[in-house]
Amino acid sequence: MNILTLFVIIPVVTAFAIGFSKNMKQTRVVAAVGMGLQLLLSAYLVYAYLTERAAGNVAEMLFMYDALWFESLNIHYLVGVDGISVAMIGLTSIVVFAGIFASWEVEYLSREFFISLILLATGVYGFFISLDLFTMFLFYEVAVIPMYLLIGIWGSGPKEYSAMKLTLMLMGGSALLMVGLLGIYFYSAPDGAPLTWNLLEISKNTIPVEMQRFLFPFTFIGFGILGALFPFHTWSPDGHASAPTAVSMLHAGVLMKLGGYGAFRVAIFLMPDAAQEQAWIFLLLTATSVLYGAFGAIFQKDLKYINAYSSVSHCGLVLFAILMMNQTALNGAIIQMISHGLMTALFFALIGMIYGRTHTRMINEMGGLMKVMPFLSVVYVIAGLASLGLPGLSGFVAEMTIFVGAFQHTDAFHRTLTIAATASIVVTAVYILRVVGALLLGPIKNDHFNHLKDARWFERISTVTLVVAIAAIGMAPLWLSNMINVSLQPIVTKLSTATSTFVSLF
Amino acid sequence: MPMNAYSYTLLILLIPLFSFLLIGLTGHKYKPIISGLIGTAGLLIVAVLSYMTAIKYFWTDHVEGTAYTSFKAFETTWLHLTDNLTINLGVLLDPISVMMLVVVSTVSLMVHIYSLGYMKGEKGFARFFAFLSLFSFSMLGLVLATNIFQMYIFWELVGVSSFLLIGFYYDKPSAVSASKKAFIVTRFADLGFLIGILMLSFTTQTFDFQTLVSSDGPALTHTGGAVFMGLSAMTWALTFIFIGGAGKSAMFPLHIWLPDAMEGPTPVSALIHAATMVVAGVYLVARLFPIYSIVAPDALTIVAWVGGLSSLFAAIIACTQNDIKRVLAYSTMSQIGYMMLALGVSGYGGHDGLGFMAGNFHLFTHAMFKALLFLGAGAIIHSVHSNDMREMGNLRKYLPITHITFLIGCITIAGIPPLSGFFSKDEILVAALHHNIYLFAIEFLVAGLTAFYMFRLYFNVFWGKERHYHHTPHESPLVMTIPLMVLAFGAIFAGFLPFSELVTSDGLPFEAHINYAVAVPSVLIALVGITVAFLMYRRTSAAPDKVASALGGFYRGAYHKFYIDEVYLFVTHKIIFRYISQPVAWFDRHIVDGTMNLIGNTIEKSSYLIKGFQSGKVQQYGYVFISGTILLVIIFVYLW
Amino acid sequence: MTGNIPLEYFLVLSTLMFFTGIFGFLTRRNLITMLMSIELILNAVNINFVAFNHYLYPNQLQGHFFTLIIIAVAAAEAAVAIAIIINIYRSFKSIEVDKVNQMKN
Repeated sequence: MNILTLFVIIPVVTAFAIGFSKNMKQTRVVAAVGMGLQLLLSAYLVYAYLTERAAGNVAEMLFMYDALWFESLNIHYLVGVDGISVAMIGLTSIVVFAGIFASWEVEYLSREFFISLILLATGVYGFFISLDLFTMFLFYEVAVIPMYLLIGIWGSGPKEYSAMKLTLMLMGGSALLMVGLLGIYFYSAPDGAPLTWNLLEISKNTIPVEMQRFLFPFTFIGFGILGALFPFHTWSPDGHASAPTAVSMLHAGVLMKLGGYGAFRVAIFLMPDAAQEQAWIFLLLTATSVLYGAFGAIFQKDLKYINAYSSVSHCGLVLFAILMMNQTALNGAIIQMISHGLMTALFFALIGMIYGRTHTRMINEMGGLMKVMPFLSVVYVIAGLASLGLPGLSGFVAEMTIFVGAFQHTDAFHRTLTIAATASIVVTAVYILRVVGALLLGPIKNDHFNHLKDARWFERISTVTLVVAIAAIGMAPLWLSNMINVSLQPIVTKLSTATSTFVSLF
Repeated sequence: MPMNAYSYTLLILLIPLFSFLLIGLTGHKYKPIISGLIGTAGLLIVAVLSYMTAIKYFWTDHVEGTAYTSFKAFETTWLHLTDNLTINLGVLLDPISVMMLVVVSTVSLMVHIYSLGYMKGEKGFARFFAFLSLFSFSMLGLVLATNIFQMYIFWELVGVSSFLLIGFYYDKPSAVSASKKAFIVTRFADLGFLIGILMLSFTTQTFDFQTLVSSDGPALTHTGGAVFMGLSAMTWALTFIFIGGAGKSAMFPLHIWLPDAMEGPTPVSALIHAATMVVAGVYLVARLFPIYSIVAPDALTIVAWVGGLSSLFAAIIACTQNDIKRVLAYSTMSQIGYMMLALGVSGYGGHDGLGFMAGNFHLFTHAMFKALLFLGAGAIIHSVHSNDMREMGNLRKYLPITHITFLIGCITIAGIPPLSGFFSKDEILVAALHHNIYLFAIEFLVAGLTAFYMFRLYFNVFWGKERHYHHTPHESPLVMTIPLMVLAFGAIFAGFLPFSELVTSDGLPFEAHINYAVAVPSVLIALVGITVAFLMYRRTSAAPDKVASALGGFYRGAYHKFYIDEVYLFVTHKIIFRYISQPVAWFDRHIVDGTMNLIGNTIEKSSYLIKGFQSGKVQQYGYVFISGTILLVIIFVYLW
Repeated sequence: MTGNIPLEYFLVLSTLMFFTGIFGFLTRRNLITMLMSIELILNAVNINFVAFNHYLYPNQLQGHFFTLIIIAVAAAEAAVAIAIIINIYRSFKSIEVDKVNQMKN
């Protein structure tokens, strides 16, 4: 069997197995084993991928498998990976694995919880391996739907409202996306040739520029909504605040990356001309996202809101880098997706653990947690430092690659926006240190905090997995960056064929 | 020169990193003192290796009369960015990096040993040593950086180590806010540094120092290019880079974090905020000095003036402060101002490069005597449990060793021959005189002020009236006094190093002589300062208050540090938080999210309006159906 | 025998019955009455079938058969409907359609 198909099959089998488990203990063990296998499989995939490349396989996509699925519309089950998708799959596996351990003690309907969680993961894996636009879209929907249940049933606070808002906004995005994808499909082949959903085939064809102008905004905004594009980001704070820990982790860590990945793989890759022409609008929006999210985060009091706004800022940077459309910036965007996925998952995991102990997420009600839970606090500081871009942790690598890439544009418009975006590193430092200071340092504000316990073993597994990944990328980024760079080559080549030029605002 | 003969220098970086990881991960498992010993032993090895390297580089391997070369002892690729730009990590050896290697490892080793006594019994002893190791690693990495991006990486790392160490007493709100302030202010400056790096690397297409400063390299041969607001791209880039340096080196107006950083444990202040990290800005300018000097003289002028004004500004404030660590902090700022000025007034090559040599020389001597003063202050604080000099007096009989070493430090910083401070300061003054008479005047005045405020401190603490102490002050243990003695030795004799033959702007040695026309007046003004301090503070009297009230508003301004902190507070809290952040948060909740909710609500409302059509009542459907049928019948049968 | 009665008589009768049924169906809220109205509509149709069969194709019987089927179906329908109505009455204590507005009670 094709190794990639296993990425969909293992979660489905795990979900089935969970259906037969008798109680919470069995459920979580099954889930952990399934996702542990998945993690190992991802590690193997990275290894296999690198060996293939080292052996001189220069195909654009590796491990391809093709099966006709629906003939009259020419829909295929077509899978294949390049360095970018391999990296994203690795990210997903790590976050899902950590997420399972972070929700080790979900008691209410635990079987259903884990099944939904794993279904969500299935969708994400399917999305990253698909090369057929329709299948891709299908998996995208598979990933979005369980979200509603997960927040609506296991959430906290105004959970119905948040679940509804999140699902509806993402569905709105899907609607736009559907228009974009159908449009691409109908112009996927030159006149007379059979139409196709195959990404690689479409990329060989040039979609007429007039159509691109029309379809690009649909596709980009459709994916952008999931990537928290300003001003369509408001589902993120509410959704994250209400979601249970593991769901926030998966959502911010992985699901939001579907947006960035899609925007880049579909919108920019297939419609480079329109991307060139319209980039300035979206650059303005994303640069706004970057600063706006950061400034917004300064003033929040709820830990999850802070992190949600921080995600808006960081994901804004992903889209910003994608729109810069040169190799370095795109590479930075991918690394930023991975880096943000890891650290935001870590943040949400920690917030969940802290909330589980203190029963509050308001930073002004907390203080001095470093004393009572040193392990969690230290990890929180590490996550914070990663978020503000400390060298040696993943955030730095991503941000610097993006900034250097973005700075390769020489016109005033790009330069100004780049410098504005770099300013976010200061604002990020402000809100991160504010949280660290208020939450972890200083005297203990509430006597009952004195009796709180530090992390349990499963919480340690969850956080340490993420910390190790963050540090590994931060300290030795070269292999990752090279892996992505090779796969960016065909994309950059395609972008350079664009005949339209960038329309500058000034 | 055999390159791989120096590959062992990589160990200088790896050992502190290893001890950081070791102590950080396993430190809680064994007794605290073992962590301390691990850290200290690591640093000892580093120090030995550094001295070996220095001796080998400056003397053994050097052929008399030739220029010192710069070469990479080790280099590896860390990250590819573009086709030309690659971030490497490595070890670059040249005169200034080897000199800094000696400074950093010496002071760090002394501080490690001293801390074994000073931090004894503190909670978090192991954590302290872990952070010290992290800092040493980062600082050494900064010093040995082969390219500007590596420097930026370690630049950030020293920033975070400094943050962690200032906030060492993390349950003390003042320490927490001081650490935050230090990090954010320097981070703000680092933004400038980053933008500068981006501009520089874009213009020259390289990060590498050797390529950047080579005479036929892209930087030095860069001519004109894009001009923005009358300055070339290179000038802009180097000005931005200098902002980074100014932030780290606490130059006006980015100095506000340094006095607050004194909340950290005193050994930390000695290591990070006196001897090593704060001179990183000077080191940065020195690193890029050929570019500053040849391509961007305008940026160099900015460096000189910022340095000069900072040194004056800080010296004035230092005269009014009562917290001994704050006096030393302002003194540090003032002395770094000297170094910046020295670089700023320097030319390139031969005797023109006197300022460059003097700046580095002063960096070297300052590291010794300022670390000495801080560690001495630590010993004083340790014995009387207070930072306030008004609560001290006549301590010389209780703390004999501290007294003598502290006095040596004071004399050195005041610039009295033949102690080391005299030589380095004298050369700075000479360089300033050659360049700009105003800057010389400022520095000359500062020399007097320096002598005054240091001896004000000295007399207040060790002479004057005996105070009431909680318990009799006692001399510190040997583990603390030995570093004092070692550093005092360094402070006395460092001046005799033939610096002009070792560290010069172009690597070629030249002869530097004492210029008596400058030396004599500068010693005299120092003596005047000391005398004034002696008269005012030898005995506790009302004289200082009288002087203070005679100066009136000026004194109050200086006492309140010229209200710079208040200005910052106003800008950040009142303007940025209130007028940017708060509105953004509000805007997001009410306008952006409001629009989304409005869309949702509109749909809900309209569906409510039309939901009557779908009542589920068959009769109603039938009614509509039949009316429709009749209508159609009428239309088709009669009206068609 | 019936040859003397014109077709119009039957048609008028069935039309009257049909609209009576429609009127009853639309205006009554009582389920039984509604059911009776439906029977009226069906019987109006039956009359038409039989009448047209007789006047247009006197030698054939399709109209009659259709009528018989309708009567049979109507009987079955009435049985089911009354069963439902009885159940509704049991749970709602009413057979007014407006009261029956919930899926479960």
